[in-house]
Amino acid sequence: MKLPLLEKALAASRSGRAAVLATNLKNGLQTFIEATETAGDLTLDAAALAAIRKAVTEDRNTTIETPDGPVFVEVFNPRLRMVIVGAVHIAQPLARMATLAGYGVTVIDPRTAFASDERFPDLTLSTDWPDEALEKLKPNRRTAIVTLTHDPKLDDPALAVALRSDAFYVGALGSKKTHAARCKRLAARGFGESELARIHGPVGLDIGAVSPAEIAIAILAQVTQVLRAEPQSDREAA
Amino acid sequence: MGDNEEILQRAVDWRAQGKGVALATVVSTWGSSPRPVGAKLALEQGGGFIGSVSGGCVEGAVIEEGLKAITDGQPRLLSFGVSNERAWEVGLACGGKIQVFVERVE
Repeated sequence: MKLPLLEKALAASRSGRAAVLATNLKNGLQTFIEATETAGDLTLDAAALAAIRKAVTEDRNTTIETPDGPVFVEVFNPRLRMVIVGAVHIAQPLARMATLAGYGVTVIDPRTAFASDERFPDLTLSTDWPDEALEKLKPNRRTAIVTLTHDPKLDDPALAVALRSDAFYVGALGSKKTHAARCKRLAARGFGESELARIHGPVGLDIGAVSPAEIAIAILAQVTQVLRAEPQSDREAA
Repeated sequence: MGDNEEILQRAVDWRAQGKGVALATVVSTWGSSPRPVGAKLALEQGGGFIGSVSGGCVEGAVIEEGLKAITDGQPRLLSFGVSNERAWEVGLACGGKIQVFVERVE
């Protein structure tokens, strides 16, 4: 492995950018792929590149067969994170379930009575104002953001930061009516229709969830669905 | 990926110190194996290493091949099968099989 490729892999792994190192296991030739940029001496055909994109989506290291021999595909993906705004009842099961699913979870709520270690043991809590807290966390394309407070004072600033970020999922708790009112307020802040369409509201898959744990399941299921969805370009090609 | 970051950083540091360095990566596993695909081990010419590719049973052989790779520059694909009996002996989950790719850091 050439040192510059190693340094690139390390930088990508730290920065939160997705990257792939492809290694031909027969001859050791390698290519490093990050976004549309590639570096290295291993040539990959369209079929190999498609298989690599799939590996990135599935977040899975794998070996693919190519005409030149087996190629090991190593995916450098930053850790999945979930930021929950509102240390409310639903946040308790959601934080636990998301942790089980592999997410690094942060719960934000400036109301210290809600965001207490007693209610959220073993979890990262922030009692900063949601927009400040979110900005500090620098959401990236491996981050899901869910607002649960129902309170425009808390949810709206958080959503404004979320919509300006690369977060792969943005969801907001609230009925259709609440969501429509929310979109109106955010539109007044200058967000356009396509930006507002990024918000999943009412949040979660429609599975008839009633209890906080069930609602958490609906939310995590939708987050998973969005995370694992095939990239649009692949779907069109298929 | 946190573990691998530390391992890759160590490999970069060793190179910066002018040491010969090799990287070993688990590229496939069958059955139960203690380390996932993508797990890494980095070693330097003096035999110092960081990381792991198994529960400890094949590290010795991997390091030996890594030292050879540092010398001759040839990448290697190593296969290890662990029988149930042997697995028990070395304290591994039973019946694991792994392939490890070893390469010199140029």
